[in-house]
Amino acid sequence: MNWEAIALSLKLAICVAGILLVAGLPLAYWVTYSRWRWKFLIEAVVALPLVLPPTVLGYYILVGLGPRTFPGKMWQSLFGHTLPFTFGGLLVASVLYSLPFAVQPFSAGFESVDRALIEASWTLGASRLGTFFRVILPLSAAGAITGTVLSFAHTIGEFGVVLMVGGNIPGVTRTVSIDIYDQAQAGNYDAANRTALVLLLFSFVVLSVIYGTNRRAMSLWRKR
Amino acid sequence: MLKILLAGLLWIVPSFQVAGTLPPFVIPFTVNVHGEPSEARNPFAANAENKRDSSVRSAPRNDNSCFLVECSVYATSRFTFGTQALQKSCGTITVAAAADLTDAINEIVANFQKATGCTVRVTTGSSGNFLSQIENGAPFDVFFSADIEYPRKLEAEGLAAPGSTYLYAVGKIVLWVRSDSRVDISNGLAVLRDPSVRKVAIANPQHAPYGRAAQQALRNAGVYDAVKNRLVLGENISQAAQFVESGNAEAGILALSLVLSPGLKDKGRFWSIPENLYSPIEQGVVLVGASKNPQGAQAFLNYIKTPETAALLERYGFTLPAKGKP
Repeated sequence: MNWEAIALSLKLAICVAGILLVAGLPLAYWVTYSRWRWKFLIEAVVALPLVLPPTVLGYYILVGLGPRTFPGKMWQSLFGHTLPFTFGGLLVASVLYSLPFAVQPFSAGFESVDRALIEASWTLGASRLGTFFRVILPLSAAGAITGTVLSFAHTIGEFGVVLMVGGNIPGVTRTVSIDIYDQAQAGNYDAANRTALVLLLFSFVVLSVIYGTNRRAMSLWRKR
Repeated sequence: MLKILLAGLLWIVPSFQVAGTLPPFVIPFTVNVHGEPSEARNPFAANAENKRDSSVRSAPRNDNSCFLVECSVYATSRFTFGTQALQKSCGTITVAAAADLTDAINEIVANFQKATGCTVRVTTGSSGNFLSQIENGAPFDVFFSADIEYPRKLEAEGLAAPGSTYLYAVGKIVLWVRSDSRVDISNGLAVLRDPSVRKVAIANPQHAPYGRAAQQALRNAGVYDAVKNRLVLGENISQAAQFVESGNAEAGILALSLVLSPGLKDKGRFWSIPENLYSPIEQGVVLVGASKNPQGAQAFLNYIKTPETAALLERYGFTLPAKGKP
């Protein structure tokens, strides 16, 4: 059992879910309420990772942001190293790759909020920010929770991008999915089996707990 | 979902029948599903069963078994078609090759196809990866491994044609940097201690033989401890090469055969790692026992043993077994 890999995957998934919660909510708010005519282009960009294979993203990060290209050199001069083979690189890749899994549920949640309530809040003198935190977000809590859980779960299960840009460094980029792959390739089925089972149970428990509490939270909201 | 799974398995069953070896997991499955396996393999009996079932159509269970029978009819017809096609030509040969062979095997295959008119499909990757895939029923006919122990293991497990393992070459490893690199490799592995070499790419020692040799060489050269935190592991030797070629790693320990291949030849400099620093990377080929096309596979193996192929392999930086042995 490779606890180091499990811990690394958890750390990555928590960071990704956190970043997407902070960055995804304003993006989803804009996507939901903006009336800009070219909005659909941004929506398409956000949804791209749903369609593109992880190898495409991996390829661009490895070659497009490698030290031989202009953006790669920029990055290197800013942070002192290139993206591949670092935890930061995995983080950037995972945030991009999980973006639609956060933004789309957030946006669906916002859309489900009755427009009349939002306007009532404005006419009663609440600011836009106040309305967002005291009316919109509580009423779309299910969407926010779902988006965060999905981006967390999606990062735990990520494999292709990590295989391409990770470089398989223990404790830095060897995530649990890579570890299971390595064990299986090396014929250590027992080790692969144990880690896979832990991951399976863990994922099931986390998702059950969150969906379970999510449902209870929703029924609480409805009663009010 | 269940239906798709069953359809997939029924598709596999006749393939194993061609090879004459039915893996143990298939038999109980076939019996369980049909109750009577012989009926399932007979298209006429299956047709009769099909009609009976569709006329009844009362319980959902019947619908399900009806689907299964249709499925086995499909599988049976495919089986018959397969054997007919086999008699006409040498068919399609599916080859799994270690990543160090990537360019060499393509040239060998092109020559072989020209000479015989057979079709060869090549998949390249990590040898350990292929070993575990073949152990789990991957449909390869011939397996070129960067480590001859893997073919031997398959033979010992009864998953390869007995006695077919053949040592076709011995691989070498080199230290490689891009031509525009400022790293001076003329003094060998010691340069890797230099902190300006931030990442060193090798193949994954856990399942790639070249990775194991690289690790061994680093240890024997006394630089492993200094380098180990800067190692990045490619899934196979080609990915390790790609890490260095793209500039993401400053240096790499690669297969000589890759470094001499058209793709990398003009892109970098290499330093040959002395052969006393690592145990010889003996490359072995074997015929996969579950092959659907044993004749074609044998023909390809015979072609590998010809002097032309040996010369070609030597050109790609492999040592030939007879000359390579001290």
